[in-house]
Order: sequence, then C-alpha cells, then structure tokens
Amino acid sequence: MTLRFASGSMQGRLVIQLALIAALLSLVLFLVVRTVAERAAADTQDNILLASATSISDALYSERGAVRLELPYSALSMLGSISEDRVFYRIAVGGETLTGYDDLPLPTSLDANQFDTYRYKGETVRAVALKRNFSTGNQSRDVTIVVAQTRLGLAAISSRITNTAMATGAIFFLLATGLSLWAAQSALAPLTRMAGAVTRRGPSDLRPVTAKAPAELAPLVEALNSFILRLKASLNRSEDFIAEAAHRVRTPLATVRTQAEVVHRSLNQSQNKTALREMIRAIDESSRSAGQLLDHAMVNFRTDQFETTLLDLVELVQETTDRLSPTAGLKDILINVSHDQSSFPFSGDPILLQNALRNIFDNAIKYSPADSTIDVNMTSDDEYRIAVFDQGRGFQGGDAQSYLNRFSRGENVDDVVGSGLGLTIVQEVAAAHLGRVEIQNNETGAGACVSLILPRG
Amino acid sequence: MRIPYFAAWLIAFITCGSLTIAFETEQQKFYNSSAGTSVLRIISTADISSFEPILLAFQADNPTIDIDYVVASSAQTMQAIYDEQAPFDLVISSAMDLQTKLANDGFAQTYVSSTTDSLPTWAKWRNQVFAFTQEPAVLVVSEKAFRDLPIPNTREELIELLRDNPQKFWGRVGTYDVRTSGFGYMLATQNSRNTDSFWRLTEVMGRLNTRLYCCSGEMIDDVAAGRLAMAYNVLGSYAENRLKTLDGVKIVPMQDFVSLMLRTSIITTNAQNASGAKRMVDFLSMMETRPELSAASGLPAVQRQETTAAKGLRPIRLGPGLLVFLDRLKRETFIRNWQNSIVQNNPL
Repeated sequence: MTLRFASGSMQGRLVIQLALIAALLSLVLFLVVRTVAERAAADTQDNILLASATSISDALYSERGAVRLELPYSALSMLGSISEDRVFYRIAVGGETLTGYDDLPLPTSLDANQFDTYRYKGETVRAVALKRNFSTGNQSRDVTIVVAQTRLGLAAISSRITNTAMATGAIFFLLATGLSLWAAQSALAPLTRMAGAVTRRGPSDLRPVTAKAPAELAPLVEALNSFILRLKASLNRSEDFIAEAAHRVRTPLATVRTQAEVVHRSLNQSQNKTALREMIRAIDESSRSAGQLLDHAMVNFRTDQFETTLLDLVELVQETTDRLSPTAGLKDILINVSHDQSSFPFSGDPILLQNALRNIFDNAIKYSPADSTIDVNMTSDDEYRIAVFDQGRGFQGGDAQSYLNRFSRGENVDDVVGSGLGLTIVQEVAAAHLGRVEIQNNETGAGACVSLILPRG
Repeated sequence: MRIPYFAAWLIAFITCGSLTIAFETEQQKFYNSSAGTSVLRIISTADISSFEPILLAFQADNPTIDIDYVVASSAQTMQAIYDEQAPFDLVISSAMDLQTKLANDGFAQTYVSSTTDSLPTWAKWRNQVFAFTQEPAVLVVSEKAFRDLPIPNTREELIELLRDNPQKFWGRVGTYDVRTSGFGYMLATQNSRNTDSFWRLTEVMGRLNTRLYCCSGEMIDDVAAGRLAMAYNVLGSYAENRLKTLDGVKIVPMQDFVSLMLRTSIITTNAQNASGAKRMVDFLSMMETRPELSAASGLPAVQRQETTAAKGLRPIRLGPGLLVFLDRLKRETFIRNWQNSIVQNNPL
C-alpha cells in the first residue's frame, strides 16, 4: 500500500488519544484510591485515639473534692496494639496538669472532640482533645484529656496504600491501553477491508463497490461508486464516439476509393496516375485505421462483457488464414500452419480471438516481402502457444514489447499503412483470456515473431 | 596506647565525677580490650559479677572496643538518662517500663539489623528496645516446710493453701515490697492486670504478716535458711542460679501463667559510640547461640523458637501499656491499694 498521501495514522491517533485518556483515568483512580484509603487509615487512628481518650474520661473519679484518675491499662495499650508508635497523654483540670506530659499542648478553645496534628518531642503527632465537665461534690470542674500518638504506623500504611494504588493505576493503564489498541484496530478494520477490496480490482473493473460498509463509511462508498459510474459513462461515451466516427468515415472513404480507382483506370498521363495512386494509398490507410478503431471498440466492449464458449484454436487459426489467403495471394505469400496436436480445445470468445489472430496475420502479411512464407507454429505444453514467423524487416529500435501500446509503431514502417492499434488489440484480447503476447525478432535470419500465449484448461 | 587511654579515662572520670553528684552509681569497672580504639559506655542494672562473662566474650569478638561498665539502680539509671542526659551509649535494664518510657519519650535510637529482625515481635519495640533475656517470675518454696503439704501449682491453689493453713505460714511468706522495688512493682502491676486473683492473694498474704523484700537474693536466702516457707514472684533465673549452691529449695513455676520479664537494651540518642552499642545489641540478641554465657551469667537468653504460649509463659508486653503503671496517679493508687491489702499487722 502506498503511503504517499498518508498524513498521520488514524489508528495511531486513536490509540494515543485513548492511551492519554487511560493515563488520565489511571491518575484519577490512583488519587481517589489513595485519598480514600489514607482517609480511612487516618480515621482509624482518630477513632482509636478517641476511644482511648473516652476510656480515660470514664476512669475519672472524685475523691475528697479533688478529681482523681485511675488510668486504664487499655487506654494506652490499645494505641500500642496497631502500631509501635509513641504515645503521649495529658489530663488537666482547669488548666492544671493532673497527670501525664506537662508540656503536651492543651487546645485553646474546645467545643467538641477536637483532632489536631502538630509536632511534639521532635515528631509529628496526631492528638485528640476531649473536654469533660466533672463535678466533684459541690463544684464542677473542666477536665481536658489530650491523647497523642506519632504517625509512623500511619506513614507505613500510607506508603503501602500508595504502592497498591500505584500498582492498580499502572495495571489499569496497561489494560486500558491494550484494549484501546484492540478497539482501534477493530474499529478501523472495515476501512482496511474496503481499501483491500478496491485495491484488488483489475485495471478495467469499473463495477460499483458492493462490500458492506459501516454507516460512517457509507457516504465515502457512495461517492466512490458515483465517481466510478461517471468515469464509466465518460469512457463509454468516448469509445462510442470513436466507433461512431470511424464508422462514419469508413463508408464515404470506400466510395471515394472506388471513384478514385475508376478515375485512375481512365487516366493516361502517368504523372496524374501517380498522384491518384498516392491518393488511393492514403485512403486505404485511413480506411484501415477506421477499421481498427472499430475493432478496438468492439474488443473493448466484448472484454467488458466477457463470455466464453468452447472452441478449437486449430480450427480458428485455419479459418482465419483461409479468410486472409486472397490478400496473401496478392503478394505470393504462402501461409504455412503446423500444430503438434490435432486439436487445441480452449474456452474463450471466438470473435475476439479471431480478431486478434487476424491482426497478427495482417501484420505479418503487411510486412512480409513478396514471394515469402509465413510460418504459424502451434505448440502445446503447459500453455498454448501460437507463434507467427514472417520474413519481413522485423522490429527495430526500442523495446519490442512497447509495440503493444496504443498507437505505437516501429521506426522502420514509414512506407507501410498502419495505425499502431493492431498489436494493442492482440494484447487486450490475450489479457481478457488471461494470456499474453510475446514479440521478438526471429532468432534465425530476418523477420519478426509474434506469439499469442493462452493458458491451458 | 597507654597515654590516650589514660587521657580518655581521665576525661571520663572527670565527666562522671561531675555527674555522680546527680545520679548514684553502685559499681563501675573499665574493661580494657586488646586493641582498643573506642570506648563503649554502658549503664546497666545488672551487677558486674553476673554480666562480666558477657562483656569479656563481647570483647573477645570485638577486640577494638573498650567497655566502661557502670551499674546503677533502675531509678538512678532513669535519672541519668532522662533527666541528665549522661553520656552513655547503651542502657541495659530489667525495668521494662522505664526502658519503654525512654524509647517513647525519644531517648532511644532506632536500629535495624538482620539480627534484630530475627527477634520475635514480643522481644522488641519500635526497633529501639531489644530484649535479650527472658526471665520467669516464679514461686520458691522450702521443701522442709512443704513436707506434709501439697505444693500449689496455680494462684487459686496458693490462695486456698494460705487461707487453710494460716498458722503454718504466719510471717513465713515473702514477696517484693513494691514501694521500694521497681521490679517488684512491675511484676505486681502486670499480675494485677493478668488475673483477678492478684488482689485476693495480696489480701491473704497481708493477713499472714507477709515479709517484704527489696531483692530476690535475700528472699531465696531466707527460704534456704528456713526463715521463709515460700517466696512469691521471685526472679526464676536468679533462683536457679542460687539453687546450685543451696539445698532444700524448690522452684515452682505457676501453671496458670508465668510472667516473663525481659531484660532489654536501648541505644541512647546521644550515644557517642553508636556503632559499638549496635554491635553489643547484636551480640546480646544472639546470646541464644552462646549457652555458656547464659550459664556463666545466669541470664537465660531470649529463645526464638520457644512457643511461649504453650508453656503458659506470658512475656510482659513491651509498648505503651507499660507506661500506664508509670503514671503518677496510677502508681499512687496502686501502691495505696497494695499497702492497704498487705500491711495489716493482724494478730493471728
């Protein structure tokens, strides 16, 4: 497939865009997982701190008008059960430390349970402060309970969660990218299929595209089909025009030629006779060109609507040579047909094949000198080969195969009538039958050899 | 080599001399190594006679480390480190609660090595407090006194026995005085949270005019001499050591549970010879592989493989729970309750 017109790949762009989206989503996933999990871990620590502070507040009692406390074992041991973090506490009655760490900060104002994070003894601690109104006999005292814990365990959990979230994000990203690659491929598959279907067509296949296309591609297919239709119509029109023109020219030319012959015969002056002969020759050339243009148009039409019947190539060759023998006889040319088996069964279009053979023989007769032989060798091995040898001037100059192009003639043909269409017709017929044409000069002596090669079976 | 030593010693002496004004040491000994280049300064509650074999074995492995070994009580050790930041590299103590407090309040360095990693989780805390011995608290009885009595195997049986035979045990039961012995206090508080029978036992012992001691040694001596019929909550390792030379004394591990005291070490944050201290921690942690040291010192090493639960051994848990009984109010209340239970002076 040529990439001359490619400006970036649709699939590449699609994959990159999907991968970017996946990366973004992975990042979001990572952040969400980490935030939620860290929040949960932090909440767990807060809850345990609160439980500890609450159990301390429940252990307050009053004795002889003073607030007393019997610190429950579980109050501190529960903090030690989830991590090996440092634990600090302070119980203050009206700002006076009852027990615990004297320098642990007390909250300035306190409405409800208050959580706080600050540095204490060289480490970041999470602290909960709890205020209880405690009555000792006749007076009511404000008791503040502060329980703090370092966050090492939390940091460990946090790094574990971060790793997990990172791995989750990475796996999600890889999975999403892989899937988007697959999705892009499968989404663009119809396009590739359609391009393949159009690419595989033969050069003259101008049928509309009928492959199933997704809705997004339907306008393109429709446009393509309409383009093909217009192209086909345009081609047909020009072929018709050529055929029509040739036909219109040929009939009056025949009349002109007859009249010229009559005049030629009645003329006595050799000077005038020569001029008229030149005229007749020019008319012949025009008439022949018109005929070949017609032939070409016919061949085009028939190859478009190609239909085959079973026939015998030997018979066909014989028939064609028979029909041409009067022309050959004029120049005393003998056509000699030989074949290595009695019949060459082949399924093809007889009219096309005959047309091709007639063009080959026509050329051979045309370029053969008077009183010579044309050998037609028919051989069959893997394929059928009909080789026509003449003793003419052969091909000269350039690539012999280029004679198969339309309107292309050799460099040594100025004195011979010809349009340059003959071998093109042969070539087109051969292609329609999945065969080919080979042209070369005779290896032995003068003359050309044109071979029509057709597949067997 | 002699001159720098002397200089170091002198400096150490002067520094120590200025500090001894604050905290009191009981013993001090300097161990010169064969090729000493650094001094490891240890403050410990274990007396020199028991710890010397371990120090010498350590120096055999580490010939470049001199050791300055200072013995102090657990309270004085606490004061030296906590209040005065005395320049010690390593603190070795049987007072788990105080060691935990030192670590909790930021006086201990974190140290992780393959050796400390191999310690069971109950034998370390925060990678700052490392246990190297496990010493059970046991009941020591005089065989003569129990000639016609069943030896109790649980605390319930012990309570029953004391209650049923007050005349036989009057004044002949010994235990730690928790007011003066930090170790006794820790054992008692741990007992109190492990079993409800603790207070009943204390009550019963109080009714029998129980005698109170500062140390395991004296209790064992009195049991051996026949002055005591039994001593409760004696350090098993100590008793076993003394039993080699004493007859008529029997160690009874309680079957309901045996409190396991852990002797621990911590590296101080202001250690000048942290690398030496770390080597000592690794050496002590691997004492399990040197049974001859346990035998010589009488300090049973931490057993990694032993399933403590199966034997009813209950290691005292390192961690913030130990801080609870260090709380001033908690201690006041506990000691008052204990005193009310045990000091009754009831006539029979």
